[in-house]
Amino acid sequence: MISFSYLELLGLAAPEAIIVLAALAVLAVDLLVMREASLRDRFLVSGLFAGVGLAAATAWLLAVNVPPVGAHSASLSLPMLPGMYVDEPLGRLVKVAILILALGTILLSLAGEFTRHVGEYLALILLATVGMMLLVSARDILMIFLALELTSLCLYVLAAFNKRSPASAEAALKYFLFGGLAAACTLFGLSYIYGLTGATGLAEIAAKLAAPTPDPLLLAAVVLTLVGFGFKIAAAPFHLWAPDTYQGAPTPSAAFIASGSKVASFFVLAKLTSLGLAPAQGGASWGAYTPGWVPVLALLTVLSLVLGNLAAIAQTNVKRLLAYSAIAHAGYTLLGVLAGTPMGLTALVFYITTYGLTVLGAFGIVGLVEEAAGDCRLVDFAGLGRREPALAFCMMIFLLSLAGIPPLAGFFGKFYLFAAVAAAAPNLGMLWLVVVAVAMSAVSLYYYLQVLKQIYVAPSPEAPASLRVPATTRVLLILIAAVVVLLGCAPNLLLGPLLAAQ
Amino acid sequence: MLAWTVYLSFLGLLAVLLVPAGNARAARGIALATALAGFFAALLGTFQFAPDKGVQTLVRIPWIPGLGIQCFLAADGISVTLVLLTGLAAVAGILFSWNIEHRVKEFFAFYLALIAGVYGVFLSFDLVQLFVFYELAIIPKYFLVAIWGSTNREYGAMKLALYSFIGSALVLIGLVAAYVASGMKTMDLLELAHYPFPAALQYWAFPVVFIGFAILAGLWPFHTWAPTGHVAAPTAASMLLAGVVMKLGAYGALRVAMTLFPVGLSVWRDAIGLLAVIGIVYGALVALVQQDFKFVIGYSSVSHMGFVLLGLLTLNTVGLSGAVLQMFSHGVIAGLLFGVVGRMVYDRTHTRDLVELEGWHLRRLLPFAAGTFVIAALASMGLPGFSGFAAEFQVLAGAWTAFPTYALLAGIGIVVGVAYTLRVLQKSFFGESEATAEAAHPLPPITLPERIGAGLLIGATLLIGLCPRLLLDLIGPSFQSSLFEQVVKGGKL
Amino acid sequence: MNGFPLLSVLTFLPLAGAVAVWLLGAGDRTRARTVALASALLTLVGAGFLWRAYDPAITGAQFTERHDWMPSLGAQYFVGVDGLGVLMVLLTALVIPMAVVVAWEVTENAAAYFALVLLLESGLIGTFTALSFLHWFVYWEFCLIPAFFLIKLWGGPRRGAAATQFFVYTMVGSVALLLAFLAVYLAVGSFDFLDLAAKGRSGELARALTAKLTLPAWTGIEQRHLPVVVFGLAFLGFAVKVPVIPFHTWLPTTYAEAPTGVTMLLTGLLSKMGVYGLLRLVLPIFPDQIRVVLTPLLWLSVATIVLSAFAAFAQRDLKRVFAYSSINHLGYCVLGIFAAAAATPADAAWDTEKAAALNGVLLQLFNHGLTAAILFAGLAFLEQRAAGARGIDDFGGLRRVAPIFCGLFGIAVFASLGLPGLNGFVGEFLIFKGVFPLATWAAALAAIGLLITAVFLLTVLQRVFNGPLNEKWARLPDLSTRERLLLAPAAALMLLLGLCPQLLIGHFNPTVMRLVEHLKF
Repeated sequence: MISFSYLELLGLAAPEAIIVLAALAVLAVDLLVMREASLRDRFLVSGLFAGVGLAAATAWLLAVNVPPVGAHSASLSLPMLPGMYVDEPLGRLVKVAILILALGTILLSLAGEFTRHVGEYLALILLATVGMMLLVSARDILMIFLALELTSLCLYVLAAFNKRSPASAEAALKYFLFGGLAAACTLFGLSYIYGLTGATGLAEIAAKLAAPTPDPLLLAAVVLTLVGFGFKIAAAPFHLWAPDTYQGAPTPSAAFIASGSKVASFFVLAKLTSLGLAPAQGGASWGAYTPGWVPVLALLTVLSLVLGNLAAIAQTNVKRLLAYSAIAHAGYTLLGVLAGTPMGLTALVFYITTYGLTVLGAFGIVGLVEEAAGDCRLVDFAGLGRREPALAFCMMIFLLSLAGIPPLAGFFGKFYLFAAVAAAAPNLGMLWLVVVAVAMSAVSLYYYLQVLKQIYVAPSPEAPASLRVPATTRVLLILIAAVVVLLGCAPNLLLGPLLAAQ
Repeated sequence: MLAWTVYLSFLGLLAVLLVPAGNARAARGIALATALAGFFAALLGTFQFAPDKGVQTLVRIPWIPGLGIQCFLAADGISVTLVLLTGLAAVAGILFSWNIEHRVKEFFAFYLALIAGVYGVFLSFDLVQLFVFYELAIIPKYFLVAIWGSTNREYGAMKLALYSFIGSALVLIGLVAAYVASGMKTMDLLELAHYPFPAALQYWAFPVVFIGFAILAGLWPFHTWAPTGHVAAPTAASMLLAGVVMKLGAYGALRVAMTLFPVGLSVWRDAIGLLAVIGIVYGALVALVQQDFKFVIGYSSVSHMGFVLLGLLTLNTVGLSGAVLQMFSHGVIAGLLFGVVGRMVYDRTHTRDLVELEGWHLRRLLPFAAGTFVIAALASMGLPGFSGFAAEFQVLAGAWTAFPTYALLAGIGIVVGVAYTLRVLQKSFFGESEATAEAAHPLPPITLPERIGAGLLIGATLLIGLCPRLLLDLIGPSFQSSLFEQVVKGGKL
Repeated sequence: MNGFPLLSVLTFLPLAGAVAVWLLGAGDRTRARTVALASALLTLVGAGFLWRAYDPAITGAQFTERHDWMPSLGAQYFVGVDGLGVLMVLLTALVIPMAVVVAWEVTENAAAYFALVLLLESGLIGTFTALSFLHWFVYWEFCLIPAFFLIKLWGGPRRGAAATQFFVYTMVGSVALLLAFLAVYLAVGSFDFLDLAAKGRSGELARALTAKLTLPAWTGIEQRHLPVVVFGLAFLGFAVKVPVIPFHTWLPTTYAEAPTGVTMLLTGLLSKMGVYGLLRLVLPIFPDQIRVVLTPLLWLSVATIVLSAFAAFAQRDLKRVFAYSSINHLGYCVLGIFAAAAATPADAAWDTEKAAALNGVLLQLFNHGLTAAILFAGLAFLEQRAAGARGIDDFGGLRRVAPIFCGLFGIAVFASLGLPGLNGFVGEFLIFKGVFPLATWAAALAAIGLLITAVFLLTVLQRVFNGPLNEKWARLPDLSTRERLLLAPAAALMLLLGLCPQLLIGHFNPTVMRLVEHLKF
């Protein structure tokens, strides 16, 4: 019987603990003290608590007990539960990113009027954040699944939070049903893996799997697991929930689903494949296919890229457009997973972090427009460049970054991802994926420009709905835009620490 | 000093952004001051430049050290020539858009962003940096055309943006491949140019990168963006598009595709040379039957850029120098032509239909514009004494040794070029048909900024036409540097 | 001339005159034409001075100026004149004032008209003095611009098409020429005419061409024939300009549509550029290549002479008659040039024949320039009086109402058909004298041309000046004083040159002898 100290565990998982405490505090304050206050004050006070919690956790992650650079990840986990919770430099950075995204989401929702349950709403965001953080630290299939479920359940509820809107309910239901199915698939796949290896830790699984020829059963397990993750990250052909959910859910929720949850999911997917399933990697080099998870993911990548980008062209609703673009971006990000190398992982983290930021900003602006115009069709953006030059400029930066135009963060992320995936197989074997991705990013420019065309080129409608832009939101959006530009002009600010943490 | 062209443009961009939205005069003034400052910086840099020292570093600091990517600004004679052209075109473009009254601040902001990107491309010797500047130029182009354009502007703008972006996507594929294949240590052009890329890679990477760039240079059959884009664009934008942006493509093809993949170049040069020649002849033939004044000039750009590409592929010093000189020359001449068509004529008559214009008898209404257009047309035909001749002549000389057949075909292109230029000259300004009602009214006279702008460009084409040495002494030695060692060798295979 | 850049001054003097006309004469016709005539006459004085200062005893180029222009291409600013050059400069300087006077009454935008004429003069003198290809080519092309606008702006009803046709056809020739000389440059690295002539003579040029350039396989032409191909391109350039049949199709329309004062320049001077080019750039540089294809070239010359004579015979428009007659006369020049290149055993007798032919060609150049100028000037006067009528059958019996005009015009016509005693005769006689022994059959066939020429010119005389008076023109005024002042001295000059051709021949004979010397094997 192994004994262990809870204190030690708490010390290791202090950031998560802080967030949980913050969530409880928010709930308590809102329920007990702020009941009668105005919606705005409730949001402000609860938001303050949540913000303090997030900031504290961030500070902890950056300053306290920082593991030495280059330390092996296994050595930093709890000795008695290897792989259950790993504290490593790269993971910390990813968590910081998630915390920042959560903070951004909360700031976005401060002016929200879609719910009266402020405490619950913010607490759920925080709890989802905890789930994501755990996901980042998890190196054990059991833990991965639990953290995944924790995140997902919170997000289902967040999607449903606008009770007055049938669309929100529909969004949540779709998300929930698809998510449930995905979870089942994942669990089924993971159970096969456990059955084949008798282990739950990723490192052990890899050790047990090191057989020369992959077991067909293992392949089935891999496929099932990846199907589950495919739902999670909204990769085609498991993307069907995404457009409806993004469109129907309250904007901050959608933003969080699109940003924070993606960061965590992709990171853990990369860890799961590169650590746990390394022996079943296979290959997807042009003309040299070998079975394994790489070809499966390659298929998902190509489908996501093509489907996401082509379907986005046909959209007239900006939220749906962003949803399809998110599917496409899942494709780009999967390239980092496919690479299966440390460079791929770094590129992935860089890309998904900057993507998360960008999409948060984009949803922020879309939310403002939707609030003013009642909808967010393309035409609702007409003349925005004249009415709100600053926000329009931010939107341009976000969209162009998504399209991968330099000197914005999105370009550099793409470049790095492409280089990583091209370098992953000998003789540039996987360059064909780069070709597909590059070609599709050319397509993507078209629909981003459609939005920008409305903003800058199309004339304003006769009586344009004036935008109500809270100061916090404005500052936040400009800040995000600045960061997107900064990370594009000086990618080393983020890339340096990432490379150092590798 | 040359690096300041880039800095100044960005500073000017910031300054324009800070101008209050209503203050059109300030925006205009700042834009002109910026363009002038950039031009003078370019001139000063040219005087300080020592042509026979090869590539000269201006700025070199690590940018993303983890990936070996640098901030590396440098120049050789080719860069200097094109930077000068950019300065000239930028100033002229602003003078020709002095009458813009609609969203002035935004106009000049996009304009300066475009200029900054163009300067950056011509001075970048790190491939990622070059690519960044290259793409930086795409988006302002789109907005300039889409917001301030005329006929079919949204279609033209989108086509332009997408073609550019597809081109740069191809380039990106090639760059990633080169970066990865060379061990992901550097993106320094000077180093990569000496890296022996495997032949198998070069065989496919060369056409991908070359064509990627050449799309922007209007390489047939990827040229279709050019006429529609030029026609849709507002005057200043079409001046820049034809004057400078098309040069970006040709420059990239020379600077990147040819130096990185010399083996691929030797395999593909005949085929691509054929495309270039088809472009020359096809562009000219299509220009011969256009009804829209601007379309004629648009297709003529395709034809003239064919000379640039043909010159590049000759791989001998004469042809290569000719190609670079043609970039300069066409930049100036096309700028002038578009200036006359877009600003002097279209803004006043609101028609570009050649049949209609015949009835306007513009020669009498706008004598200055007529004179300018005559000079521009003569220069465009490649009459000796103008820069176009000095350039096309060298290209033909280079082509004679490399591909005699193409040289003959290009000669046919020149003749057709003369034909369409004369046709458009006659129809536009020297119309003979019955005078229409509009022709009776006087048109607003040609303004001072227009005169200065036109004078600047005419001066440039005459100066270079009569003393091509001024530029050839800059350009020629550049091809002796080690960067082009493999390229020029490829010509003698 | 110890360093005084006389030729450059002569070249740029009319240019300055053009600017002066433009600046001073805008809106003021009298001032415009006065300034124009003054600068034209000043140039004539300069040309006369050049003629006097030119020393026939010295062979080779005189008054040379040489500056680097594009060193990387070996292009230079290089001017100089030999007997041929000085002759052409003189002709140009003579004809331009006549053109100014002929257009004295031009109504529309006179300043522009005269400025363009002077620009043309500048280009022509430049063409006749430049001795380096690129430099020469600049002027060669430059001449097109004023010519184009003169036709385009002051021409007849179909002037637009005519101007374009003229420009484009000539441009085809120019491009061919450019390609040819590019090939030459690439082979031997020089643009210098004198240098190239030396290399062409020694065969070095042909060897270098064959060695350094390759013909594409699809042409099916053997490599050793490459010099001939290059020669063909160069020949094409000049053949369009002269024009040699079948490259002449631009000419009748252009001559007919151009204002008569301009037609005078076209035929008097611009067509000479073609012959000049053959003499300067083709004959000395490609003698061997001419010999290879001599028979077809002679056929072309003969065809030009005979067919144009027949065509002139069939025309009903006086301008067209004289247009075709010009082709015919220049055909003799071309015939003489090619015959002079004929392969002959190297004995002195053949040299005499060749010298005769070439002397005849040069003389014919000058004489035809002069005669044609007068003919078209006369036509212009007639046209001005007859409100644009110029059909051969529109007139009749003009002798009775305008005797002076008919007399002077008649002299020009007789000179044109080669009546002994007038200038036309000597040139044609010398050409035939030379060509007969060198290419007997060609000369014999060409003689048919002489015959037809006589027939159609006499027809013109008869229809227009003799016969019953067409009542319509009963009140046709005779020549004004100004017009007399123009035609009478010119007629006198024709007579003088007919009687003393030595005045001219003495100047260029040494040059011709040197050329003949060089044409030996």
